[in-house]
Amino acid sequence: MIKTQHLASRCLTRLLMHSVLLCLLMAWGLSVSQTAAAAVSDAQARALLEALDTRSFQAKGDAAQAIAESGAEQKTRWLQALLDGRLGKERRGERFYIITDDSGREWPIIDAITFEDAGTGTRRTVQAFKINNDLRTRIQGLLASLSLSAGDEASRLAAAGRMIGEVSADNADSVRAMRDDEESQSVRGQLDVALALYDVQQGDIDALETLRGNLDTRVRNTLTPIAAGDSELAAEAQSVLGGIESKRAWYDRAQTLFFGLSAGSILVLAAIGLAITFGVMGVINMAHGELIMIGAYTTWMIQQALPGQPGLALALAIPGGFLVAGAFGVVIERTVIRFLKGRPLETLLATFGLSLILQQLVRSVFSPLNRRVTSPDWLQGAWQINEALSLTLNRLAVLLFCLVVFAGLWALMRYTRLGLEVRAVTQNRAMARAMGVRATRVDMLTFGLGAGVAGLAGVALSQLTNVGPNLGQGYIVDSFLVVVFGGVGNLWGTLVAGMSLGVINQVLQPWVGAVLAKIIVLVGVILFIQKRPQGIFAPKGRTS
Amino acid sequence: MTTTSLRKLIATSGLTLGLAGFGNVALAQAQDEGPIRVGILHSLSGTMAISESTLKDEMLMLIDKQNDAGGLLGRQLEPVVMDPASDWSLYAEQARDMLTGDDRVDVIFGNWTSASRKAVLPVVEELNGLLFYPVQYEGEESSENIFYTGAAPNQQAIPAVDYLMSQGVERWALLGTDYVYPRTTNKILEAYLKANGVAGDDIMINYTPFGFSDWQSIVSQVKDFGSQGKKTAVVSTINGDANVPFYNELANQGISAGDIPVVAFSVGEQELTGIDTAPLVGHMAAWNYFMSVDSDANYDFIDDWVAYTGNDEAVTNDPMEAHYIGFNMWAQAVKKAGTTDVDAVKDSIIGVTVPNLSGGASTMMPNHHITKPVMIGEIQDDGQFSVVWQTPTTVAGDAWSDYLPDSKNLISDWRAPLRCGKLDVESMTCEDGPGAE
Repeated sequence: MIKTQHLASRCLTRLLMHSVLLCLLMAWGLSVSQTAAAAVSDAQARALLEALDTRSFQAKGDAAQAIAESGAEQKTRWLQALLDGRLGKERRGERFYIITDDSGREWPIIDAITFEDAGTGTRRTVQAFKINNDLRTRIQGLLASLSLSAGDEASRLAAAGRMIGEVSADNADSVRAMRDDEESQSVRGQLDVALALYDVQQGDIDALETLRGNLDTRVRNTLTPIAAGDSELAAEAQSVLGGIESKRAWYDRAQTLFFGLSAGSILVLAAIGLAITFGVMGVINMAHGELIMIGAYTTWMIQQALPGQPGLALALAIPGGFLVAGAFGVVIERTVIRFLKGRPLETLLATFGLSLILQQLVRSVFSPLNRRVTSPDWLQGAWQINEALSLTLNRLAVLLFCLVVFAGLWALMRYTRLGLEVRAVTQNRAMARAMGVRATRVDMLTFGLGAGVAGLAGVALSQLTNVGPNLGQGYIVDSFLVVVFGGVGNLWGTLVAGMSLGVINQVLQPWVGAVLAKIIVLVGVILFIQKRPQGIFAPKGRTS
Repeated sequence: MTTTSLRKLIATSGLTLGLAGFGNVALAQAQDEGPIRVGILHSLSGTMAISESTLKDEMLMLIDKQNDAGGLLGRQLEPVVMDPASDWSLYAEQARDMLTGDDRVDVIFGNWTSASRKAVLPVVEELNGLLFYPVQYEGEESSENIFYTGAAPNQQAIPAVDYLMSQGVERWALLGTDYVYPRTTNKILEAYLKANGVAGDDIMINYTPFGFSDWQSIVSQVKDFGSQGKKTAVVSTINGDANVPFYNELANQGISAGDIPVVAFSVGEQELTGIDTAPLVGHMAAWNYFMSVDSDANYDFIDDWVAYTGNDEAVTNDPMEAHYIGFNMWAQAVKKAGTTDVDAVKDSIIGVTVPNLSGGASTMMPNHHITKPVMIGEIQDDGQFSVVWQTPTTVAGDAWSDYLPDSKNLISDWRAPLRCGKLDVESMTCEDGPGAE
């Protein structure tokens, strides 16, 4: 029963696809002059909209098609509103409305036919027409075909992209004619691939050359059954397919490496502040995760203060997160850690208590619910290098940010007076004090610096994960792991350890799953520490 | 195995009955006057606070409303709120607190995760309490003292998969958080899909830890899995706030609902408030209620809720409807029994029918599950769902799945004289419950 149903619906979707594509092609082929013959009367417009008032998505799709083919001037706006779920009908009435803003509970509405202001509506008075996924795809196709008359290259390219695997005996000639008329190089390239794929299906060996090295999955999926036979064509297709697969495998490896480095960069960002407080000062700070959380909340607050400008807010959050978290760090150092110097167990307990207090504070002040930090447009989406390799922009940005923070911190430790004093205090506290370094001030600044860097990690994490009271908890164990694995007190060690743990984790993940990958990494690090307690990079010389 | 035999031991020694009887005598005097005490056992802090604190507020609203209408049996209702702080063992401890002493509560509304329910189960059975559990869960459980007002797998997962099959989906990625609910649900779904002729190669199963945020390689794996030429869908039992980075990653890697639709069982209006839904339009969720459901009962409930919270943006969701139904069922059962006595209410509630928020009515079945309509909603750009499909009638919850070999012969029926939570219909032997003897 289900089987037949689902076969039928498959055929239907196929058919739909074709009709949309044919429609696209027609609109493309025919010139503009034919459209919009005459505006329709109000009664006709009403009838067109009335057809949408049905429960069946199939019938709704046909009604949308009728609108697209009609001469109504309002049709683009209607279809767009239908697509956005903003076209509706009066409940217990006959008027049609377009909802101009559907946020909140009272919506401003306009008359759908005359576009005159119609006051406000609510869900009790206006019933918006519903659409589902298939219908959405169909309406998008209709809108695309309406906008084709504008002739812009991007929509032609998208339409050409859709043709791959969809060329058949019915439309092959018209596609070929279109290809010859096409001016744009890239559109022509897409159409060549579509036609070559069709030719190969018809048994043309020469057409395979065009497909060699093409990474589009539809090419691979079409060639796979062809390569299964044992004709000359099959053998040739096999070799093309082999080439495609090996090329894809290389891009897959590159992608895994990127995933690993990106996961590693998060680890490094979270751990590097700890590398300073724990590694350099020897303070076990269990509230480190909460300092990260404070950085993330700072980002959110700056964004609240600057509505509509997420990019600017994010840029301001970088110094903001650093300063706020740094200030918290200084306060923590002055009020708690200073009094527990040299008593690691008590520091651990005190800072753990502090972490709980900070979490509950955030819950009481901001609510236990997660806060939404929007990403600016330039951090959304992916950089599509080719069909097989794309790098998501937010992760790429975090990776670069991590490297910049690392370089900055390294330069600070290496070239500034503060860095010199920090290193002096770490290596030999008594001697440094004897040389006139004010060790307590250095302690305070170092802890503030570590906390500030944790704040920066929070700013970065707000782009990748939830901003909520528990944000920090997930990173505290990982951070200690990275610092210990890299070698306590060594910034380079933290970088190398974080990046390598990230890559190992991402290589393992597809094989064994996320849970087991994490366990394997943890066990691996424990074994490594057994063998080499000082971590990857051992501190050189004697330290006290 | 051990817990079952232990429970049996307790049951045979008559300890449960004895305790319950003793409690009744002691309570009989205290109960006639004074308020009826309603326990609310939802986490107000910790990881689960995000979902559960809303339910606490909703219960307070329902109790207020009932009191304004004159209370129950001429007595006022008094809420008893505790905070188990997302700590499963604390749930058991606090349930014990609620059910012992002179100020014993008459009913508990609470819990969210299956782990916390499993922790409370032995306590409410031992002390003969009443627990209304409002969240969709994995089934394979039946307790004399628990009423499951959320969906069982056959009221959510199976109809959702049927819908996707009717949309031409042939390849399935089952993604879940690594704990009992997703694992059991996916086991049921895998068996169901295979019974419907889906090949093993066309099913991919993946589990991730709680709060997971590094979705990049899994999403890219799914993308790869879905680009083999067959229409693919993701069935997500990912729970809690791991959903936000998951959906963000989907959007960033350019997977739209037109390519690979995701149908989720744990993502509702509440969860979507933390996400920009514009790139997610068309991804789906299966529930028994959506805030966008078109009925006057629903609009009234939303108006009440907005007025109660004082927040114009406040959202409602499926577990809230479950509590709404559960509370009204309990109130009606108490009226019917004329007492809040647990054993009397347990008997009188079976068959009770109350209106639900989608314009129909829900009935408490003998297996302590309720009848509900099943709906599929597609995410809209305003953070709401639009219902694209709905079962023509309500579906009765099934405690023991028909698709798992271990439980396909089992049913549960708590009516006298059967009183059995785990009855093998083939051999007619009862494996659990007072009817076992």
